[in-house]
Amino acid sequence: MTGLLVVRPGALTTVQDRGRPGFAHLGVPRSGALDTAAYALANRLLGNAPDAAALETTLDGVTLRALAPVTVAVTGAPCAVRVAGRPAAWGAAVRLPAGAELEVGRAESGLRGYVAVRGGLDVPPVLGSRSTDLLSGLGPPVLSAGTLLPVGPPGPDPALAADGCPLPGPPSELLLPLRPGPRADWFTEASLAGLWRSVFRVSPMSNRIGLRTEAGTPLVRAREGELPSEGMVLGAVQVPPDGLPVVFLADHPVTGGYPVVGVIPPGRALDAAAQARPGVAVRFVAAR
Amino acid sequence: MRTLVAGGQALLIEVGSAAEVAALHAELLRRRDAGELGPVRDLVPAARTVLLDGVRDPAGLGARIARWEVPPLAPSQGPLITVPVRYDGPDLAEVAGLWGVAPEAVAGIVGDTEFRVAFCGFAPGFGYLTGLPERFHPPRRATPRTAVPAGSLALAGEYAGVYPRSSPGGWQLIGSTDAVLWDPDRDPAALFAPGVRVRFTEAGR
Repeated sequence: MTGLLVVRPGALTTVQDRGRPGFAHLGVPRSGALDTAAYALANRLLGNAPDAAALETTLDGVTLRALAPVTVAVTGAPCAVRVAGRPAAWGAAVRLPAGAELEVGRAESGLRGYVAVRGGLDVPPVLGSRSTDLLSGLGPPVLSAGTLLPVGPPGPDPALAADGCPLPGPPSELLLPLRPGPRADWFTEASLAGLWRSVFRVSPMSNRIGLRTEAGTPLVRAREGELPSEGMVLGAVQVPPDGLPVVFLADHPVTGGYPVVGVIPPGRALDAAAQARPGVAVRFVAAR
Repeated sequence: MRTLVAGGQALLIEVGSAAEVAALHAELLRRRDAGELGPVRDLVPAARTVLLDGVRDPAGLGARIARWEVPPLAPSQGPLITVPVRYDGPDLAEVAGLWGVAPEAVAGIVGDTEFRVAFCGFAPGFGYLTGLPERFHPPRRATPRTAVPAGSLALAGEYAGVYPRSSPGGWQLIGSTDAVLWDPDRDPAALFAPGVRVRFTEAGR
């Protein structure tokens, strides 16, 4: 059969696609690939459907063995790629003979890599998506050594040549455009004005649920009391009692009880957030 | 009713009570199904709000909704399901003490209540059920449990809920059920979807 055997699972490797939007009212997070552009590119390079399931790696890559000949593509965080021990192209369609190992190395910059295979990963969908949801435990489990990942039949489109791959932006600073959120009035005007000047850092506590910040000037509440639980959107910037913003990413809870000071539009900015390592400077700028 | 823009694609509508949320949610579903809302990806009721996510022009939609007359919800509106429960929870005696009744009386008080699923969250298929009169609202436990068994019927504040799977939790556990709260292969996957009315009967009676 066509499939990929997990030899080295890496620090945190999950199956991701475009997620399962539309079920938030049942308590189901959206989930899906965090760096949406890198994930889409990996599938495009292989002539896959835009929602074909691929792997999302975290920092230290993954090693897979092909059971039958397949074509793969590695995008996202730039890294060394080897096939059967020999250097191979990053950001391009790469042939993998039967029995050969694909080694996706440690990220040289950025954080999350995408490994797509022609035909897509054919794990069983849950509510229409093959994404692993770390918050609620839906979808396939986190990769472990010895797992066999089935591969679907290739689509009609051929694998494409890459014509210049977008690299994640310079990792020294993450600029997040912020639109007004529903609970900005829960904070003092002085601390809201200070938000534009404050430099936060990406906290090592960050994960697929949220990008946590540290080291900046905490926001100050203008009103006390608890906020009754309310619906949360992707990119919502929630502020817990410590005053340090948390940016909600794909596996975020569907409701939450801390005020949302603003919302980062989905797309390029959240893709960059997915690639920001702990310690990277974070600044919020007013979205136009 | 207050409408709050939440970024470029979402609108949060705030009302004064769980009953008003239920009425607004029903009205939003009715108008969405009639094609009056335009595209909406997610419609998420919560404690005092309904979120509309994936909409065009949240400010314009909010201005329209603010002019609506939302009719109150009829008591019998929404599907009714019956869930058999064993009253064997570890906090049953404590809850009975808070209510000033014998533990055997808890089943009757819960059984006489028609609950409504106000919203979901915390875990797939976990519904926040309203309906218990205010004098029966117990506080959360001072120390949450690290593992609450799946199927536990629990109370906290104005809400009742049943844990769809084993998870940590700080609610008061009064009983347990064999009902399947969450099954992604079932349609709908969640037994307790917003707007569903729930009756708890005593199992084996």
